[in-house]
Amino acid sequence: MAGAGGGGCPAGANDLQWCFSQVKGAIDEDVAEADIISTVEFNYSGDLLATGDKGGRVVIFQREQENKSRPHSRGEYNVYSTFQSHEPEFDYLKSLEIEEKINKIRWLPQQNAAQFLLSTNDKTIKLWKISERDKRAEGYNLKDEDGRLRDPFRITALRVPILKPMDLMVEASPRRIFANAHTYHINSISVNSDHETYLSADDLRINLWHLEITDRSFNIVDMKPANMEELTEVITAAEFHPHQCNVFVHSSSKGTTRLCDMRSSALCDTHSKFFEEPEDPSSRSFFSEIISSISDVKFSHSGRYMMTRDYLSVKVWDLNMESRPVETHQVHEYLRSKLCSLYENDCIFDKFECCWSGSDSAIMTGSYNNFFRMFDRNTRRDVTLEASRENSKPRASLKPRKVCTGAKRKRDEISVDSLDFSKKILHTAWHPAGNVIAVAATNNLYIFQDKVN
Amino acid sequence: MSQKQEEENPAEETGEEKQDTQEKEGILPERAEEAKLKAKYPSLGQKPGGSDFLMKRLQKGVRGTISYPLTLEPKGMGPVEQKYFDSGDYNMAKAKMKNKQLPSAGPDKNLVTGDHIPTPQDLPQRKSSLVTSKLAG
Repeated sequence: MAGAGGGGCPAGANDLQWCFSQVKGAIDEDVAEADIISTVEFNYSGDLLATGDKGGRVVIFQREQENKSRPHSRGEYNVYSTFQSHEPEFDYLKSLEIEEKINKIRWLPQQNAAQFLLSTNDKTIKLWKISERDKRAEGYNLKDEDGRLRDPFRITALRVPILKPMDLMVEASPRRIFANAHTYHINSISVNSDHETYLSADDLRINLWHLEITDRSFNIVDMKPANMEELTEVITAAEFHPHQCNVFVHSSSKGTTRLCDMRSSALCDTHSKFFEEPEDPSSRSFFSEIISSISDVKFSHSGRYMMTRDYLSVKVWDLNMESRPVETHQVHEYLRSKLCSLYENDCIFDKFECCWSGSDSAIMTGSYNNFFRMFDRNTRRDVTLEASRENSKPRASLKPRKVCTGAKRKRDEISVDSLDFSKKILHTAWHPAGNVIAVAATNNLYIFQDKVN
Repeated sequence: MSQKQEEENPAEETGEEKQDTQEKEGILPERAEEAKLKAKYPSLGQKPGGSDFLMKRLQKGVRGTISYPLTLEPKGMGPVEQKYFDSGDYNMAKAKMKNKQLPSAGPDKNLVTGDHIPTPQDLPQRKSSLVTSKLAG
């Protein structure tokens, strides 16, 4: 069951063969905390790929146009823009530091020449505009080329400025700052399909914002109990439905997911649907609740399904059926017998994300030892791949990896005890249209593409 | 109640579970791990999902560079948060941790102490110069 991979199965016509494409980031062993990537997100077209890190910086990569004269740079991603999104702040009232770590980035659909994205840290959400400038006006009437004002008495003729091309300059500017709406730490933001509103979720509350209005937001979910002693669960993730602008879901630390409909009431404390897989009470252990905590929830592109990630598995749910998931995929079941040490080193609290492929036919999520897992929902096959510098020859195929639990370790397999738990892949992203994936391995960003079928 | 039974008679439990080994095989490792944990930390509460546990999670925020030895306190959802008495305390702790001086704005600016009213330019930055991400390098 552990690491059941594609090894041994003949490759079908539709099988994807993932190849290394690029890796970004420093090679040195000593990783500065600020360089740890904390979020990865493709934009709607997939041409732009944004990353956020613990140092509050955003780096955006742009896909190169396929070029006949340079066939080897097939769709490579190169740096497009980089800026400091958030800075560390100090809350003087509570004597607590507010980290600048970017928790999430979400792109807005493109509506004009500029690109917009929302980036958030624990407390503040910012709307950034990224625009290109490739022309410069020359020949101003009232000032010299270096900007100095011309002496008005020397001006005898009218000169109309003309636009001249210049080297492309990409500018990022903060257009909106949505602050002071969250007492607890923001874990999710999600842009609505109406392209006008978005939600932000912290541990206990979810707020609805309008992109144009920064001085107020509506609270739509409030899980804070009157008496904090009665607190039993927190919100772990939230997302808007991709097509229905009135529907959103939020997941909890108890392993449940609630779907809410904003048409039913202004405050969506009562859910419209409640997704929970019934647990066998006799199998309950100290760890049950911790490992059932959902770290990520994502709607499928179709809007028919949603996926939840808990510590050991990924579950696909049909929105029409609340009683149990339609698919359950084991990510690293071999860790079940290591829960004690994973609790001691805090790894049991790691928050893994998950993502759908553009067509919803496959799902991907990360694991330890820089492994990540892919599940093909049609063929029911899964594979374990590794993001490492050793497999980083251009267009080198990735070899499936396998973890063995027993004493007999085959060649090429890695034993559970040899896994490096400090190398965790928490953030992955899948291109919305094609077969390109971005995998964040601590401070490095790996980009893999499939071999042209 | 079943958990208590397990602690007292682990052998018996295993016998009973042989009826349904298929299912229980997946659960036994978890129970074994639980027993391991309880053996190490006997004072650990039965339910980890209690409000204390979650409260710690809500308060997490500060970079957990100070780690406390695992005491009788329930485990938090991450590094133990460090509350500071005030901003001066915070700055001192940071300076000590990073083992370097707070960045100063320049040699002549060091003389700005009580002689005149400082301007924003005179004050040391909270953070040293911001470096471009290595991803963009």
